[in-house]
Amino acid sequence: MTVESSSEAAVSSRIAGILLAPLRWAMGLIDLPMSWVQRRLGTGGVVAAMLAPNMLIFGVFVLFPMFLNVLYSFTGGGALFLESRVFVGTEQYETLLDCRTYLDPASCREDRFWRAAGNTAFFVIVQVVLLVLVSLITALVLNREMRARGFWRAVFFFPVLLSPVVVALIWKWILQRNGLLNAALAQVGVEPVLWLVDRNWAMFWAIFLSIWAHLGFYTLILLAGLQAIPADLYEAAEMDGTPRSRVLARITLPLLWPSLVVVILLALIRAVQVFDEVFVLTGGGPGSATLFLVQYIYETGLAQQVRNLGLASAASILMALVLVVLTLIQLSATAWRERREKR
Amino acid sequence: MSIGSFLTRRRGGASWHFTDVLAWIWLVSGLILMFGPVIWLGLSSFKTRAALSEFPPTLLPYETRMVEVEGHDEPLPLYRVTTEDGEERLMVQVRRIGTMAQMADPEHPEETVRVPLQAREPVRELQLATENYTEPFERLNFLRFFYNSVFVTVVATIITLIVNSMAAFALSKYEFKGRAAVLAVILATLMVPLSVIIIPLFSVINGLNLFNSLWGVVLPTVATPTGVFLLRQYMLTIPDELLEAARMDNASEWKIYWRIVLPLAMPAIAVLAIFSVMWRWNDFLWPLIVLSDRELYTIQVGLNSFQGELNVQWQYVLAMTVVSMLPVVVIFAFLQRFITTGIASTGIK
Amino acid sequence: MSHLELKNVSKSFGRVDVLHDIDLEVMDREFVVFVGPSGCGKSTLLRIIAGLEKVTSGEVVLDGKVVNNVAAADRGLAMVFQSYALYPHMSVRQNLSFGLENTSTPRAEIDARVGEIARMLRIEELLHRTPRQLSGGQRQRVAIGRAMVRRPGIFLLDEPLSNLDAELRVTMRAELAALHKRLEATMIYVTHDQTEAMTLADRIVVLRDGRVEQIGTPLDLYNRPANRFVAGFIGAPHMNFLEGRFVVGEGNSAEVELDGGHRLTLPISVRPAGEPVMVGIRPHHIGLDAVGAGIPAAVTLVEALGPETIVHAEAAGHRIIAALAGQRRIAVGETISLFFDPQHLHAFDSEGRRLPEGA
Ligand SMILES: Nc1ncnc2c1ncn2[C@@H]1O[C@H](COP(=O)(O)OP(=O)(O)OP(=O)(O)O)[C@@H](O)[C@H]1O
Ligand SMILES: [Mg+2]
Repeated sequence: MTVESSSEAAVSSRIAGILLAPLRWAMGLIDLPMSWVQRRLGTGGVVAAMLAPNMLIFGVFVLFPMFLNVLYSFTGGGALFLESRVFVGTEQYETLLDCRTYLDPASCREDRFWRAAGNTAFFVIVQVVLLVLVSLITALVLNREMRARGFWRAVFFFPVLLSPVVVALIWKWILQRNGLLNAALAQVGVEPVLWLVDRNWAMFWAIFLSIWAHLGFYTLILLAGLQAIPADLYEAAEMDGTPRSRVLARITLPLLWPSLVVVILLALIRAVQVFDEVFVLTGGGPGSATLFLVQYIYETGLAQQVRNLGLASAASILMALVLVVLTLIQLSATAWRERREKR
Repeated sequence: MSIGSFLTRRRGGASWHFTDVLAWIWLVSGLILMFGPVIWLGLSSFKTRAALSEFPPTLLPYETRMVEVEGHDEPLPLYRVTTEDGEERLMVQVRRIGTMAQMADPEHPEETVRVPLQAREPVRELQLATENYTEPFERLNFLRFFYNSVFVTVVATIITLIVNSMAAFALSKYEFKGRAAVLAVILATLMVPLSVIIIPLFSVINGLNLFNSLWGVVLPTVATPTGVFLLRQYMLTIPDELLEAARMDNASEWKIYWRIVLPLAMPAIAVLAIFSVMWRWNDFLWPLIVLSDRELYTIQVGLNSFQGELNVQWQYVLAMTVVSMLPVVVIFAFLQRFITTGIASTGIK
Repeated sequence: MSHLELKNVSKSFGRVDVLHDIDLEVMDREFVVFVGPSGCGKSTLLRIIAGLEKVTSGEVVLDGKVVNNVAAADRGLAMVFQSYALYPHMSVRQNLSFGLENTSTPRAEIDARVGEIARMLRIEELLHRTPRQLSGGQRQRVAIGRAMVRRPGIFLLDEPLSNLDAELRVTMRAELAALHKRLEATMIYVTHDQTEAMTLADRIVVLRDGRVEQIGTPLDLYNRPANRFVAGFIGAPHMNFLEGRFVVGEGNSAEVELDGGHRLTLPISVRPAGEPVMVGIRPHHIGLDAVGAGIPAAVTLVEALGPETIVHAEAAGHRIIAALAGQRRIAVGETISLFFDPQHLHAFDSEGRRLPEGA
């Protein structure tokens, strides 16, 4: 996207010009104090005034809470506001990490945390592998010469836009006891299964659902990566009579690798935060079979009768650490890809 | 031949290759798996409560035809009955007793006959239960949810666009002390999603008296680092000479922002606007935390509360799910290309 | 009245010094051209005058007032940018009127002025188009029009013709010259094309590496370049340079022996024998010596242009270009005898400075 290439910009801005007459008027009004600032304080004053709203909101609702989070994790008690909470040192972390054996959540003081962590780890690994694999295959299929590619892309993409609640409800309805799936299975003589009451099936559907909902997004990124591979490389390979499996292994995948790295990392970061769809689908159950970290934090800190803000904060900090590491890797991978693309 | 070969084939050959077959299988099963559930949702949402509990379910919303019969207050269901002599007759069911049903001719309801259940077949007709759509609006406060969602989405998007574009302008077109620091902070917070700061954010919202208010839902989401980044990246491509020309033309810095930079950044602003609408319309966790009053629920939270009830009224839940999808579907239908290129070129969602 | 003076202007970007102690005075209604190779600081100097860039030291004086801290908009100047910088989302009319709107000029007045300028520049039919729908030359006119609408004291033009094709450039050059006469405005014009500079300028400022090499009228610069750089930069094809040493000659004119052994008499006063010297001669001041007593040169390339013939030749280890009037029968490989017009010989010392002419 560059300014020059956007020929619709002029047209759309003209339409906007008519529709947004009140906005124009308001902007003109703001010009008065802004010009005054510019005369009195120079351009720097205007720049500061333009940055201020964003910085203010950002500071209050993002930066300050981040900072608070650390403080909360060292306090205990039931009070909501920091000034009336008691300092407990690292007690919350100790509670979270107190286990006789780390392999068995039941042996931990805060067993739900460990179950959530274990579930999340399992979910992350399986979901990311499958998600990336399915997205990759879909992207490769969509990258073939085909009619109506836009339609097919839309088929795989549209669930990305659906809300998690909608996604969960669509599938919950299908997975019901007398839902579509059981009806279809009955046709081939299989007894109805209570999909969301069985521990293993619940986890299976949690993973399935999140792949169904997000695969289009990753497919799109990979497809863009594939289409950036120059066609003449394939033509050259065809001229040489290279077998297709070799073309995939030696041309397509290596050139796609940078996009793939980005996709894997993005998928990892998202998977760690899994919550909405699964929460609506299973509520974390049965038992704690599909309880994940965000839900643990939410329930421990905000949704229980006795709120345990300190414990929840400590758990958030631990989760944030994982995310920060993943994001740092992702940012350096993006930088690496950009450098590679420049060359 | 391996699976790899079919995946790499880009140029169609003259004849069908087996990889073409595999690709088509993938596409068609994709079509069924991706579209099927949504279509099933749409079809189901027009079924009555009774039809929804049928097993196995019918594909289309069929309903047993009901007939008004003299001597009965309620309409009675109509059946096709095969009599013992092999004749077929249309009869209404007056009542059911065990494995037998008491049936009558609709013309002469007073003469009843007993018919075994397996000897009769309901007369079904296509019927859309549109009341699934109207009743939640009339009786279940759904209009309120809808309004709340629209309010949150529109207000948050407008604030997001204004506030983020101003910041992006300042960060892309001016050199000033601390710019690198501001950029670094924004970049750093890109990696901290809302979900890990819900606890302290909850207390901040409470401290500001925004708990249980729609503004409490809106404000924490509007200063998106993603938005600032997206817009800044785009504004960097606007040539500085244009700004200088405007400066020579006596334009104030503010005027340069809204008369020159803002119109030229329209493509990026539009992308952010679409994303913002989608984000806010679909938001679930944060509204769930902030809103405790049913009156203030957004659609997503409202839907969740419907489906969490002990006795789920699926006929309403399904219909309202369809309604809540509509804005997104409309946006997608009109702006598909725009959204997909936006995602492919920015990598945000 | 628009009188501009630069006093000791220097400019650095961080640690990079771009301009060094520039002194310059531009008179009312004068057409001054800045020339110099790419990266020498022409644009920077122009932008300092415009107020888009702040000086590191020195003063910019406009009509007797120091304007170092006056914002660009308030200096009453107008600028035409190299890329034109037309607002892509506005129509031509809006482009022209934007500046006037910003100064709260009454609508009627704006329309009148825009109409007048559009007529003058013959862009009336284009007023409703956006810049994208214009050709290069049309965009050029709109950019100039946008500057003219504001009736500035001084026009600043940064390589306004560099994006046009050769033919259009010649036409627009003539139009610009006519416009300057008609508007009676002061113009400061940046280019790295010396032909443009020669044809348009009242005075030329030659810049190199952020320093003024020479300021003068086009013919001054052509006839009496202050140094080797200016001599080589002004005039096409470039001046030929030949190395030599002064020798003891007769009379009071200086005599030089070129590296090939040939002797020339220069129109300057006598210099000590043995001093190295660079002799310059423009291609148009070289002729053929009918009797063969000139400098022998082997022809390497002949370019017959019609009205004149450009001959590339090699003489005494130097490559020489001669522009001979008319059409000549000269073949590559032939040896010709070159005659240097002694009136038009230039001499530069070892530092490249022009040696003073003899009394
Ligand atoms: N904003 C800046 N920051 C750092 N260096 C700069 C900046 N602007 C210009 N320069 C440097 O200053 C020097 C002069 O630049 P300027 O643009 O004035 O050259 P110019 O003579 O106009 O060249 P051209 O003919 O190519 O337009 C160049 O070496 C350039 O790299
Ligand atoms: Mg320049």
